[in-house]
Order: sequence, then structure tokens, then C-alpha cells
Amino acid sequence: MLSRTANNLYWIARYIERAETNARLLEVGARNAMLPDTAGGNRNEWESVLLASGTKEAFDAKYGQAVERNVETHLFFDRENASSVASCLSAARENGRIVRTALTTQVWEALNAAHAELGEMARTERSNLSTTDLIDWTLRACSLIRGAGLATQLRNDGYDFTNIGHHLERADSTARILDVKYYVLLPDIGFVGSGLDNYQWRTVLRAMNATRAFHWVYGGDVTAGKIVDFLVLNRQAPRSLINAADGVRVHLDRLARAYGRETDAQARARDLVARLEATDTEDIFDRGLHQFLRGIIADVNRLGATVHDAYLSGDAR
Amino acid sequence: MADSFNEMYENGAVRAPYAGLEAWARDMPDDLRGMKQSEAEALFRRIGITFAVYGEGGSPDRLIPFDMFPRVFSAAEWDVLDRGIKQRARALNAFLGDMYNRGEMVRAGRIPGHLVYQNDAYEVAVAGFTPPAGVFSHIVGIDLVRTGPDEFFVLEDNCRTPSGVSYMLENREIMMRMFPTLFQENRIAPVETYPAQLKRTLRSVAPKKCEGDPCVVILTPGSFNSAYYEHSFLADMMGVELVEGQDLFVEGEFVWMRTTEGPKRVDVIYRRLDDAFIDPLCFRPDSMLGIPGLMNVYRSGGVSICSAPGAGVADDKAVYTYVPDMVRFYLGEEPILKNVPTWQCAKADDCKYVLENLDDLVVKEVHGSGGYGMLVGPKSTKSEIELFATKIRENPDNYIAQPTLSLSACPTFVDEGVAPRHVDLRPYCLVGQEVNLVPGGLTRVALKEGSLVVNSSQGGGVKDTWVIAGN
Repeated sequence: MLSRTANNLYWIARYIERAETNARLLEVGARNAMLPDTAGGNRNEWESVLLASGTKEAFDAKYGQAVERNVETHLFFDRENASSVASCLSAARENGRIVRTALTTQVWEALNAAHAELGEMARTERSNLSTTDLIDWTLRACSLIRGAGLATQLRNDGYDFTNIGHHLERADSTARILDVKYYVLLPDIGFVGSGLDNYQWRTVLRAMNATRAFHWVYGGDVTAGKIVDFLVLNRQAPRSLINAADGVRVHLDRLARAYGRETDAQARARDLVARLEATDTEDIFDRGLHQFLRGIIADVNRLGATVHDAYLSGDAR
Repeated sequence: MADSFNEMYENGAVRAPYAGLEAWARDMPDDLRGMKQSEAEALFRRIGITFAVYGEGGSPDRLIPFDMFPRVFSAAEWDVLDRGIKQRARALNAFLGDMYNRGEMVRAGRIPGHLVYQNDAYEVAVAGFTPPAGVFSHIVGIDLVRTGPDEFFVLEDNCRTPSGVSYMLENREIMMRMFPTLFQENRIAPVETYPAQLKRTLRSVAPKKCEGDPCVVILTPGSFNSAYYEHSFLADMMGVELVEGQDLFVEGEFVWMRTTEGPKRVDVIYRRLDDAFIDPLCFRPDSMLGIPGLMNVYRSGGVSICSAPGAGVADDKAVYTYVPDMVRFYLGEEPILKNVPTWQCAKADDCKYVLENLDDLVVKEVHGSGGYGMLVGPKSTKSEIELFATKIRENPDNYIAQPTLSLSACPTFVDEGVAPRHVDLRPYCLVGQEVNLVPGGLTRVALKEGSLVVNSSQGGGVKDTWVIAGN
């Protein structure tokens, strides 16, 4: 297929996941903000959300004060923030319009409907829109678009590029949401395992829609170790890093079979999966969760760049 | 309105082609009509067929108003149009082939050389080159108006990249979906074969160096173009790639497209991009939309471009006057379709007549389109006419004038029920190794009462166009 078409499909998927990540970050922030402020006494939970979203500098320049209303505007409505929910869903829909013929009617309609509803929300008085409404709406819109694709798209190379986009962005997002913890708990490693800590860790599970799943899988107490195991290393968890990385690998391998040739991307994806398989939670905490997550985020970025060079840039020979 | 030809009624009786529709419209309850109208709009919106007009601002997601009352031709009426349109399309192509080679018609003194060779649309870059099958204009859109039962006039020819064919196809789809019984009761010739015929036409003009199955693509200026929907619709219906300039590059003797599996050779480019933009090395150097080096590959037979660069010289409004003569000169036939009598302000006598009769004439810019920059004498105020007269005196070469035609009217749904509204017709003639025409076209309708301007940018709508199937 045309490289530009593949690139558009890939980015539609990434934008959808990114919109969802923002909604999940909002949820983490809103939950954490309801907790008593004991960790060092002056930590601002909203700032950690902004750091995790990678947009703190832009936010500071525009809004200054990191209070709920501003962060919500920034992460949901603000078109100047290229990764806000509104920006992501509009960009996904515009990319969809460009490659309209590569999408089924169902996927296109889901994209189009999200775009139209977004327009309505932007015109609605803000006091009539609670943070919860915004989060729920985003998760629903993204599920509809993804679900329509899953149910109706042809399983050709375009499907693989879509899924590579979903999984790469998901790996990045899971790592970022987990990384929020680093900023909240920075002052003292001793907080790992304390009561407050567990409460905040549970918030992470909530944000990942994974509270019940977690209990089904582990039972017993919620500990930082179990949560990291669940969200990083457990293949049962749908958004775990290992599943996301493996999703990229699976679809790259399908492409290699269909095209009859391998590129650097396949090797890099296999390498990332192998390294995750070889690690355990003890390793991760020994090295430091933050360092580990930063490493993963960098690896995922490199994998994305390799996929771009091998397939999407149009320079393939 | 009273003196214009009404396509449904003649001497108080319903004309035969409309026999199946008169009662249908009369018996349709108002609420059903309202429901169907909203259904049609929802369908158009859902498929995403929208229209944006350059320079008008407004939403790029605007819909062209769709009128549910079909416009109908009998088999006999269509037979004449069919022959006339194909004849004209063949003559226009013969003219182009001649003008880029020996120029026999100029040598014979049948058309002034400066109208051709000094025309902005004349591309010196392709002089001496004959494209595959000798075809320059592969999709010829011929705009027709009707003034009486057997009176048809060609208003203008479109030899470059006429748009609107997606409306012809979608209008039919939507009518069939909403009123299936109408199609069971009337024998309507199908138009749905158009994309397949277009593909066959494009494949039939594959370049000399093409081996095996020709790879056809549509070249679009991009998703911000007002006709982008049509480009993507046609690509989808034909099953070919829709490419932008950035997707193509020249290497060696060929044009290639960038795919996820590496470069793939392209043989035929159906471009929906003006000449000026297709190759920055040959034409406008600042064009970001084109493919550097494309023209070299074209001239050496490595790729076909449809329509051929330079085809626009045949659809110029000043050259238009000579099309009936082209039919006689190249085909040795009498033209089946008439031109509208045209005065060329470039000629002193004509200009004098035009300035004296502005009240009754329609004056157009030679290179204008879309209904802009024109004067409709009978509908203009005294000061508007005076202002226009000054413009004509300043630059007479830039204007032509025609009598105000009494355009036929077709029944149309309006707020008060059904009323006649003026219409025109654009059929799409395909020219490759063969010449083909699907029975139908795009009927545009001036929705404002009494208005003669059917352009969608100025309050025009569209209708499904029926041709009753012959025996």
C-alpha cells in the first residue's frame, strides 16, 4: 500500500490511544487530588500528571498555575496542545478523511461521530461538564472507533499498521501512567508499601480500568510489586507493557510474512519483548522504577522511528 | 419563467418521459416528502459527500442541495445527445492533436493562429508529442442547456478535469435507495458502469513503455481540495491508489509511487491537478503539489497523463466559437449539437454590438469559470451594466457575449410544492481507444425562482438525471 496511507492509518491508531491516555491521566490526577497531602507536604499531583503527559513546559508557559480546571482544559479541550483529547480526535478524523477509502463505513462513522460530539462539547457551558463526564466520553469514543475497526476492517497490511500504532502508543502510555508514581513518591523510597502509597497505587489501577482484573489475577493485598508485575510483565493484563510490545511484534511479523522480507523493525521488536520477558519486579525496583520506565519509553520511541523508516516514510527500497 | 420550455408539461399535457413522475410527485404527502428530504441529506452527510468553494470561506463540510425530482430524457432525445456529445469529444481531441503537431486548421485559415498559440493554456512543452491513441482529453464534460423540445445548445466544453461525476453516481444511488418502486415502474438506464468504463479508458491509453497490466493512479492536490471527496470516491470505485505529488517520484525513465513494499511503477496518471502544478521543473517552479521530472518521463513515453498537459487550449471560451468548424474540418460531418451564438469582443464589430446591447446579453470572461466575473444583462442594474462596459472597453479581448437563453425548467420540490426551476446538464464523455458515454449526467438546478445561475457556489443544487432505456 501507499506509504502515506499506511502512515495515516498508523497515526489514527496512535491518536486514538493518545486521547485515551489523556483521559486516563486526568482520572489519575482527579483521584490523587482527593487524597490528603502527606508526601513531603508540598507536592502537587496535577504537576505529576503534566510531567507524565510530556507537556508540562507548554502548560506552564500558557497557564502557570496547575489547578484542576486548567489541567482539564489543557488535556481535554486545548487545540494548542497537540496531544489534548480534542487535538488527537480531530487529527484522527482528518487522517481518516484523507484515507477514507482504506476505512470501513463503521470506522469512519465512529471517527466522524466523535468529531461532531467534540464540537458540541466545546460549545457546552463548562460547568455542565464534569471531569468524570469528559473521561467517560473519551473512553467510550475511543472504544467505539477501535471496536469498529476490530469488527470490520480487512485483515490486510493496513490492519497491521493500525495495530502497530495502537500497541506502540499503548506501551508508551502505560509506561507514562506508571511513571506518574515516580513523581508523586519521589522524596523517599520508604513510601513504597506504606498505606498512602497503596491508595495511590490503586488509583493507577483504576485509571487503567484494571482494579477488578487485578484482584482476579492476584487476590490478597495490593502491593507496588504486584501492580508493577501486572502492568509491566503480566500477559493477562491487556495494557501491560509486555502485551503492548508483543502486539507490535506480532503485527510486524505478519507484515514480514506478507511482504516476504524483514526489516530492522522486526528485530528491534523481538529484542524489546525478549528483554521484558527476562526481567522481574525485583530487578525493576532494584534499578529504580523511574529509570526502568524511562528506558522503556526510549526503546518504544526507537522502535517507532524504525517502523517509520522501514515502512512509513516512503523511502523503502 | 412563463416563456421558457417546461420539461414536464407541453400544451397542458404531461410529456411522455415524465409520465411516471407527475402522479408520483402529486400524490406524495408533505410529511413523507419532508422525511425523504431529511433522509437524503443524512445519507449525503453519512457518505461524506460535501463541497467547499474556494474563496467563499464557510464550512468545508457543506452539502450541495439535492432535489429529489428527477430530470428525465426519452430514449430518442438521448440518442441525439449521445451522438452529438461523442462527435464533439472526437472533434476536440482531433483539434488538440492537430494544434500540437502540424496545425492544419490554422494553415487552412479556419481558426486564427494567435487564439491557439498565444493562448495561456497552450503548452509549448508538449508541441510535437502525440499521446497514446492520439487522445489529449480523456474525460470531456460538455455543458448543455435546453431551450425547447429539440433545442439543445452547448454552453461550454471542459477538456481538462471536469468535476461532478461523483454527484451523478451518488444522486442515483440515493434515489434508488429511497424510491425503489420508481425504478421498478420506469425503465431507467443505469449509470453505475461509469467507474469501470473510466478505468477501461485510462488503461487503454497506457504508455508505449508499459509492459503488462497498466498501473493507474489518481493524482489529487490533497484533502483540502474542494473536490477531494470525488477524487477519493473515484479511486475507491475503480480500485486504484489515490496519490498526492509527494507519493510519486521520477527515477530513470519512469514514475514510481512510494509504497510500504518499496517503489512501484506507475503507468497512467489521472490527474486532478492543473497543468501549472504537475511538474515544478517544467511549469511553476514553486509548486509543491507536483512531481519534478514528470514531463520528461511523459514525453519519452514512460507514463500517460490524463488529461494531457495542454488540453485546456480546446476548452477556452474564445476557441469555443470554432468547435462546430472543428467537427466539419476534422470529421467531415455536420455538427449535431449547436453552439450558443457568441460575440467575441476581441473583434471590433462584435464588441460594438455587445456594448450597444448589454441589456440583453450575458457577458463572460474568456478564462472565467464557476459563474464568477460575468454579467447577466437582463438581471443587472444600470450601474452594474455601466461598470461592466468600462471593463470591456479596457480589455475587450478578455470578454465574449451570448444572448440570454431561455433555459428549460424542470419540476423541482420547493417549499410550496412542485415548481419549475431552470436546469443545465453536464454529461461525461470518455475518450480512449473507444469513445463512451453513460446515459446520464449531472443536472444542476437554480433553486432560486427565476434564477439562471446553476453553479453550486451560487445557490445551485443537483438532481438525478434519468434516461429512459431504449428497446
